[in-house]
Amino acid sequence: MSRIAGSDRDVAWWSARRQLVPVLSTLAAALLDALPIVIQAPLVPDFAFLVLIAWRLLRPEMWQASVALPLGLFNDLVSGHPLGQSMAIWTVTFLLLDVIDSRVGWRDYWLDWLFACLAIAGNSAAGWYVARLAGAPVQFEILLPQLALSVFAYPLVARLVLSLDRWRLAR
Amino acid sequence: MAPPSNRRPGFSRKAQYGLFLGYVVAVAGVLFALLLLTLSIVDPRGFTALQGAALDATRPISSAGRSVVGFFGGIGDGIGNYFNAAAQNDDLKRQLAASKRKMIEARATELENQRLKAILKLAQTAEEEVAVTRVVGSSFDSVRRLATLSAGSSSGIRPGQPVRAPEGLIGSVIETGRWAARVLLVSDAASNVPVRLVRDGTPAIATGRGDGTIDLKTLEVGKNPFRRGDVVVTSGVGGVYPPNVPVAVVLRTEGDNTIAKPLADPSTVDFAMVLKPFQPLADQPLSEATSSALQGTPQ
Repeated sequence: MSRIAGSDRDVAWWSARRQLVPVLSTLAAALLDALPIVIQAPLVPDFAFLVLIAWRLLRPEMWQASVALPLGLFNDLVSGHPLGQSMAIWTVTFLLLDVIDSRVGWRDYWLDWLFACLAIAGNSAAGWYVARLAGAPVQFEILLPQLALSVFAYPLVARLVLSLDRWRLAR
Repeated sequence: MAPPSNRRPGFSRKAQYGLFLGYVVAVAGVLFALLLLTLSIVDPRGFTALQGAALDATRPISSAGRSVVGFFGGIGDGIGNYFNAAAQNDDLKRQLAASKRKMIEARATELENQRLKAILKLAQTAEEEVAVTRVVGSSFDSVRRLATLSAGSSSGIRPGQPVRAPEGLIGSVIETGRWAARVLLVSDAASNVPVRLVRDGTPAIATGRGDGTIDLKTLEVGKNPFRRGDVVVTSGVGGVYPPNVPVAVVLRTEGDNTIAKPLADPSTVDFAMVLKPFQPLADQPLSEATSSALQGTPQ
């Protein structure tokens, strides 16, 4: 493919791809919840959240914090959480990551993973607390396998997001 | 990685205000989301229309591959079956012989039952089915245990109706779209089912633990009446769940705690039957006369 846009259509396609790929990939990850998988224990990582923070940590300047609101609403609707749960948790995560961005200068892969782990733990704990408020007092220990899986799934998701990012920006 | 580019967008006032406005919107959005969350916890049926529409919209994905459900649910079973084939065969033969004997006994009992009922002129109240459908999805990444059915309000399903499979109780409906419904499974921590022990009729409450098992609590203090392998069935108390639907089998007892496993595993059941509430009046608000009597106000 030529590196120089040959027509207005090329330009439009490239800019649409550049802007929409992050959002669409997050929505697609949220839609994984609608897959016909019936498991009786919380084991599978929350992929929507993993993809979201992978994009956020990879491209800190791409999204403003308020982008998490509509994405969270979509996730709430698809996965059957009480409305507002992901909206609040995701946006607060973004705001906290903004604070971290303004404090921490040089970052490497391991530090990103650490921030991702903290975000994952915060997401799980907040979800657990909301379930508690909604009348489902679950012991926190049953979430530990899912937490461990999420922590180790993050690098894979980050890889996937990275390759999507390269495709998104490719000429 | 180099530090991300400074988010302060230069000396342009317009750009600076834009960034600031972004944060204002985000914080206002969080507050709005918390308000929504409070509303949906206080009144879980408040956003039925919106949530029902979302259920309907995702249904094509969910019901596309019911076989996938069986695949994921059966991975563990399949491997185990392969290695235990011979032992299982012997076991099954023994069980078959035993159940044949039991069946003959049961037929005799049934006949006697009919005779006695005819004497008492009691009519057996049949469970009334609203719809027969399939379990097509579940909340596999959150602490709540919810499942999705591939039929909704257009088939007559309403929130509050109990759901069962031939093997046992699955849960009760909490949300409906037109073509899909969401079920609160008996293993969810918010689900409380009044049950009784089949062996001696001891009443208990079955509360989910969120990880696919159930906690059984007796109403009386003292010795734990449950033993490994005990089966509990619904007692019909409360009027929502019909009586005598199998619920769970006891896995182990730890002091006062009893851990049981639901008999109907939503990942392997073929059909889910949505039933009418056992006594529909139990789900209705109190009449004005009753509530004023309860509050002690003079008529």
